[in-house]
Amino acid sequence: MKISKDVKIDLYTRMVRQRIFEDETTANFASGEMPGFLHLSQGEDAVPAGVCSHLSNDDAIYTTHRGHGCIIAKGAEIKPMMAELFGRIDGCCKGRAGSMHFADVKTGCMGSNGIVGEGMRIALGTAFAQKYNKTKNITVVFFGEGATGTGAFHESFNMASTLKLPLVFVCNINLYAQMTPKSTHIAIEDVADRAVGYGAPGVTIDGNDVEKVYEEFARAARHARDGKGPYLLECKTYRHHGHFEGDPCNYRPEGELEEWKKKDPIVLYEKKLKKEGVLTDKEMQAIKDAARKEVVDAVAFARASAMPEVEELYKDILA
Amino acid sequence: MAEMKKINVQWAINHAIAEEMRRDPSVFIIGEDVGGPGGPFGVTRGLQAEFGKERAVDTPISEGAIVGLCCGAAASGLRPVAEIMFMNFITLAVEEFYNQGSKMRWMFGGQVKQPFVVRAMTAGGFGAGPHHSSSLEGWFASMPGMKVVMPSNAYTAKGLMKSAIRDDNPVLYVEPLSSYTIKQEIPVDEYLIPIGQAQLVTEGSDVTIVSVGRMLLEAEKAVAKLKADGINAELLDLCTVNPLPMEDIYKSVKKTNRLVIIHEAKEIMGIGAEIAASVQEKLFDWLDAPVVRCAAPFTHIAFQPLLEKHYLPNADKLVAKVKGLMG
Repeated sequence: MKISKDVKIDLYTRMVRQRIFEDETTANFASGEMPGFLHLSQGEDAVPAGVCSHLSNDDAIYTTHRGHGCIIAKGAEIKPMMAELFGRIDGCCKGRAGSMHFADVKTGCMGSNGIVGEGMRIALGTAFAQKYNKTKNITVVFFGEGATGTGAFHESFNMASTLKLPLVFVCNINLYAQMTPKSTHIAIEDVADRAVGYGAPGVTIDGNDVEKVYEEFARAARHARDGKGPYLLECKTYRHHGHFEGDPCNYRPEGELEEWKKKDPIVLYEKKLKKEGVLTDKEMQAIKDAARKEVVDAVAFARASAMPEVEELYKDILA
Repeated sequence: MAEMKKINVQWAINHAIAEEMRRDPSVFIIGEDVGGPGGPFGVTRGLQAEFGKERAVDTPISEGAIVGLCCGAAASGLRPVAEIMFMNFITLAVEEFYNQGSKMRWMFGGQVKQPFVVRAMTAGGFGAGPHHSSSLEGWFASMPGMKVVMPSNAYTAKGLMKSAIRDDNPVLYVEPLSSYTIKQEIPVDEYLIPIGQAQLVTEGSDVTIVSVGRMLLEAEKAVAKLKADGINAELLDLCTVNPLPMEDIYKSVKKTNRLVIIHEAKEIMGIGAEIAASVQEKLFDWLDAPVVRCAAPFTHIAFQPLLEKHYLPNADKLVAKVKGLMG
């Protein structure tokens, strides 16, 4: 697949915006300004970038408790996201959702989820509606390999197959289900092998190679848009931070993080883009500076936003 | 005089769904057996023939995925009507009600609506046993962000189903299996029964009886027996358990000064406990007797017919409870 220069720059920008948002969030959480729990996705940035560059606002995504990157890559505005993390009234969910329950429906971000695997069951419904309304739109559900141990994975994949729904399952292998290593909770090497049991294609790729994600997801999206049913894309990557912010990560073998940082998807792509003459160091720095300014502005916006009034607790319970 | 027709509960539900599917193309039915077979008890028979496989959708046995699909489809503009069959099976989808459907609108700051209906049956009295006979409505009555209705006969079954389908919130619609084949005259013309209102079945002055779901049949028998003994009971069919129609209950208790609640679910942590607590808080000075409950004991429902009979509330038990209050 020939990838244009514009697409390459877009893929890079989508990764950088995620990473800088997450790094800034790390700092603000550490200072105690952000309430609640936080699960960050530095290191897994290539997967949402490669996937979401194929999606429009009419396509939907469902993501996980570690979902900031997916939502940014999908195109949600960063200011309301940051205000949400700060628990403020101008947050995308009025400060009620926080990190784990984000949604931005107008850009097709239909929900993060605090229950592992549950996005898959709900994603069935949006994919069902896309088919029911005879659109060519698709739904993507992101999840980690830990979620493949849930009943939700089997139920959802089986139902998506039997109903031939336009749903792409994107599994990020980040090597840990919370703190339990993959070898302890999955008895096979590749999760993609499970797709055959549902009569669907399953493909395993290097999730740190953003162009590979882009190319393979193009096939998955075509499959779903053509009415052929679900598709499983397994992306092997790594979680730089712990399960949650504050996790001491004492379950990681020594040296593992350092090895994976050498394969950081952004670092790898910068080398490639430079070698190919797509972007110079200066141009890449300009993209980073723009992303940083966007995030710094978002933090200022969040800090300036009011706390919710207590009445908010009682609004929107029923429609 | 409005034109009437005699119809049983199954067909009343069927007609309500069919009318709403004709009226609104976003309404569809989904679940195990609902399409081709028309449901395990035939409630949805004929709907796939009329509306096609796209709108009468058969699924695998995956309760969680069925209700999860409802949440996503409702957030995406459709109006699913799902069948879960026996209410015990809904335990496999409590996650989708509790963590997802009931919270989604609030949690997302009002960005989505959740207009879906899930049908489930209570099936006490058939010897169906511990895994097919439970009444779990109390769990769902304690969830903000959803509604729970419990029709008792063909009239309420039809009117409540139409309201449930048009409601923009998740509605659990609890069907009384034991009443499925009982016929009743109901209006031919369209009517809706609003969610959140009790139905006044019998006017009386001595005691208020609030019945929940299929216990209406037992309560009606009890009212007749009490009348023969000179006690005029006022009978309210609760119809909705979330939100509880407390104003209708208060109005009646102010008139009769006594209250008995009958439901098939366990007495402990049941709907009756909540009603009793609210009534004593609000109407303590109006009460001439303690509020009492006629409900199931704190054990499991049996398949064994004699044990099941002992477990379930009935007219005789209700009569004894009422007489105990009449000093």
